[in-house]
Amino acid sequence: MNKESFLEILKEHPFTKDLSPEHQAKLAELAHETRFEREQIIFHESDASQFFYLILKGKVALEVMAPGRALRIQTLTDGEEFSWSSLLPSTRKFFQARALTSVRALVFDAAQLRASCDQDCSFGYAFISRLLAVVAGRLQATRLRLLDMYGVQERTTHEGDD
Amino acid sequence: MKATTNAHCSTPPQALNSAALADPMMPSVARVVQVEKETHDTFTLSLAAHNGGTLPSFAPGQFSMLYAFGVGELPISISGDPEDSGKLVYTVRSVGQATHALVTRKPGDPVCLRGPFGTGWPMTEARGKDVLVVAGGIGLAPLRPAIYHILRHRGDYGRLMILYGARSPRDMLYRKQLSAWAYLPDTQILTTVDYGGLSWRGYVGVVTTLFRYVRLQPDRTVALICGPEIMMRYVVRELELRGMSSSETYLSMERNMKCGVGLCGHCQLGPHFICKDGPVFPLSRLQRWIGKYEL
Amino acid sequence: MATTTAASQKIFAVDRQALTSLISALGNQGYRVIGPRVREGAIIFDFIDTLEDMPSGYVDSQLPGQYRLSRNHSAALFAYASGCGSLKRFLHEPEVKLFQIERQDGNLSLSGSTATESSPRYAIFGARACDLAAVAILDRALLGDKYADPFYRARRENIFVVAVHCTRPSANCFCTSMGTGPAAKSGFDIAITEVLDGDEAFYVLDAASKPGTELLAELKFPLASARQLHQAESARNAAVSAIQRRVELSGLPEALYEAFDHQRWEDVAHRCLSCGNCTQVCPTCFCTTVEDVSDVSGEHAERLRKWDSCFVQSFSYIHGGSVRMSLKSRYRQWLTHKFATWVDQFGAFGCVGCGRCITWCPAGIDITEELAAICAGGAVNTVKGD
Repeated sequence: MNKESFLEILKEHPFTKDLSPEHQAKLAELAHETRFEREQIIFHESDASQFFYLILKGKVALEVMAPGRALRIQTLTDGEEFSWSSLLPSTRKFFQARALTSVRALVFDAAQLRASCDQDCSFGYAFISRLLAVVAGRLQATRLRLLDMYGVQERTTHEGDD
Repeated sequence: MKATTNAHCSTPPQALNSAALADPMMPSVARVVQVEKETHDTFTLSLAAHNGGTLPSFAPGQFSMLYAFGVGELPISISGDPEDSGKLVYTVRSVGQATHALVTRKPGDPVCLRGPFGTGWPMTEARGKDVLVVAGGIGLAPLRPAIYHILRHRGDYGRLMILYGARSPRDMLYRKQLSAWAYLPDTQILTTVDYGGLSWRGYVGVVTTLFRYVRLQPDRTVALICGPEIMMRYVVRELELRGMSSSETYLSMERNMKCGVGLCGHCQLGPHFICKDGPVFPLSRLQRWIGKYEL
Repeated sequence: MATTTAASQKIFAVDRQALTSLISALGNQGYRVIGPRVREGAIIFDFIDTLEDMPSGYVDSQLPGQYRLSRNHSAALFAYASGCGSLKRFLHEPEVKLFQIERQDGNLSLSGSTATESSPRYAIFGARACDLAAVAILDRALLGDKYADPFYRARRENIFVVAVHCTRPSANCFCTSMGTGPAAKSGFDIAITEVLDGDEAFYVLDAASKPGTELLAELKFPLASARQLHQAESARNAAVSAIQRRVELSGLPEALYEAFDHQRWEDVAHRCLSCGNCTQVCPTCFCTTVEDVSDVSGEHAERLRKWDSCFVQSFSYIHGGSVRMSLKSRYRQWLTHKFATWVDQFGAFGCVGCGRCITWCPAGIDITEELAAICAGGAVNTVKGD
C-alpha cells in the first residue's frame, strides 16, 4: 500500500477521521501496514516494543497471564486502536496482545510519532487529545467493572470505614 | 349539608373490577415439570398446571410471586414464551433461602404462585420499529419473553439488536439461544463480560461499551433495558447521548416486594409502586426518581 | 335560603341517658360497639357495652412528645382529642392470617383464612372527623385501585358510624389545615355535638344516612330547640378557633420533591429514634409485611400479614442491603409520602391533621414545624463525610 491509500484509510478510521487533513497527511507519512495471523502474539507483557496500532480488520485480545489464570483486559476490533502506552517513552508493555482472528492493521513507530509531536505542537496536541479520549473511555469502563455489578451484592457504603 | 342516602354514608367506594373482588393474596398450586441448569447458581423452572387446570396467560415483562413452602415468597419475572400456554417458565438465581428452596425443586413437586402482576414491555408500541434489547446479568430473563414475541411476529418489527453483559462467560444465560439467534436475518447479538479468559471470543467491559458497534437510528427505535440498576443508569446515559427519546426507552425496575399488588407499600420508588405501576416503565416516568440516592 | 329548623332537618337534643339507649339499640341490631375507653393512662378505641365503659369527665393535654389525661369530673363524655388508638386497628388489623397450607405426599393444599368469610359488624361510637377522613383515605388506598384488600373490605362494608364533632381539640391538632375537621364532614350515619351547659351536658344529634335516620326515628328522641341548635353550632365554631397548629398546603407536593437534599432532613435525623411510633398511631399508615411460618414437622405452614413501618431498616431491603439505609432517608420517605407522593398516588394528602404523630413521638418531633422549615426553601445539604 502507498501513502495515498493510507490517507484514504485514515480519513475513514474512527480514531483519525476528525483530524485535520494536514495532520492526517502527516500520519500517512508514518504509517505502515501489517498483518497478524489468528492466535499470533502481537506483543508479550514486558516487551519493550514501541508501536502504535490502528485496527483495520479483525479482533485483538489484550490479556494478562498468570499461573493458572488468564484475564481478558479488552477485546478490540475494526476501527479501534491499541498500544497507546507506546506513546510514553521507555514503558514496557503491561499486557499481552493476541490476534483472535486474522488481523490487518496500520502500525506506527512510536518514536517517530513522538518526534512528530515534538516538532509540530498542533499535531501533537490534536493526536494526544484523541488519545486522551480513548484512555478516558477505557478508564471509565474499567472503573465500572470494579463495581462487579452482576455479582451477589454486598453493601459498600459506610460500614467498617472506621 | 346533610343528604339522606339509602346506603350507609360510611359505605366505601365500589371496587373497580372483578379482579379486585378476588383475593389477590391467595396463591394457586402448580407443578414443576422441569428444572434446567443455566449457570452454577441459576436455574430455569418450568411449571405446568396442577390437576388439569389452566395456567394464567401473561404479557412479556410481567412477574409472578412464587412461594417456597414454609420459607417465603418472591417476585420472579416470567422468562418463557407467552404463546406457549402450557407452561410458565422462571429463571431463578439462588442467592438466599427462598431462592434456594425454589431451585432445588424436582419435577413433580408442587409450587405455589400468584399473578401474573405488573406492567409489560411495550410490544404494541414497538411495532414497526427497531428494537434494542440491553440486558445485564439475570436481566436477560425478563426480556426473553419480549424476544420470543418479536421472533414469533418478526414481520411486525424492524431490526432486533441484543446487547448482553454478564460477569463472565459461565454466568451468561441462554448461550445456545443467543448463538442461534445471531444467525437470524436483521438480528445483531453482541455480548460482553467483566471477566473473560483465553477462549472468550466476545467483548469485555460494561454493556455500554457495546454501543459503538451498533448502528442506532434513534427516531425509529424502542429500547428495552433490564439489569442491575447502576447498569441501567449508564445505559440510559449512553442512549441519551445517542439521541434516544425518554418515551421510547423502557426500564424494568426492582424494589422489595411483599404483596406484589400495591397494598403493602414496600416497593415504592417515589410515587410509583413497582409492582403495579411497573416493573416496566418508560424512562420519562422515572427520570425524576432514578439515581436519587436512598430514594 | 330556608332557615334550618330542627323539625325540617330532624335534629335532636338528648341527655346522656339517651345515649345509652342509642348504644343498646346498636347492640340489638347485631353490632359490636366500639368506643373510647381509658387504658393505661390514654384514651383508645375498644369494645364497649354501655356508656359507663366510656371516659366521663376526662380532659387531655397533648404537646409534642407528651400526653396527659386528667379527670375534672365534669359531665363531659368527649372533652378530649384523639388518643393513641384509631379505627385502623379494627378495619386494617395488626395481624391477619392470609392462608394456611398443608403438605402431604408431595401435595399442597391451601385453605383461606376465615377472616374474609366472616364479616364482623362494627358500630363505631365516638369517631372524630379526622378518624373518618382517615377511613376515606384508607378506602382509596386499599379498595380504590386494581387490587382490593378483602380483609379491609369485609370489615369496612358493614360499619355503622356515630361521629362526634370535636369541641375540644388538642394543641397538636391541625385538621383545619388538612380540610378534615374539627367537625365531621362525611362518612357517618349519625353525628353528635356535645354541649356543656353549666354542670350538665346535652347532645345534639342528627342523621346523615337512611340507616341513621331510621335508628333515630325508632328511638323517638326529642327535637332540639333553636337555642340548643345555636349552642351546638357555637361549640363547633369554638373548636375551629381552638386549633393552634397550621400546615401550608399550597405548593406542597412540589416543595417536598425539590427539597430532597435539604439540610433539615439531616437535622431531624439527629432527633428521630426510628421507633416507628408515628407510623403505628397514624390512622392512614397502611404498610404491611408478610411472614411465613411453618411448624417443626414441615407439614403445616401459614402466611401472616402484619403491620410494618417504613422506618424499619429492612423495609426497603433488596440485593444484600437496603435502599434506605440511613435514618435520614427513612424519615424523608415517610414525610414525603404523606405530603407529596400520596397526592400523586391517591389524589389527596395522606395526612388528616390528627396530631397523633406529634403527641406520641418520644423525641417530640412536630411535623408541622418540620414541613415549615423544609418548605421555607434554601439550605441544600452537602453530604458530610462521616
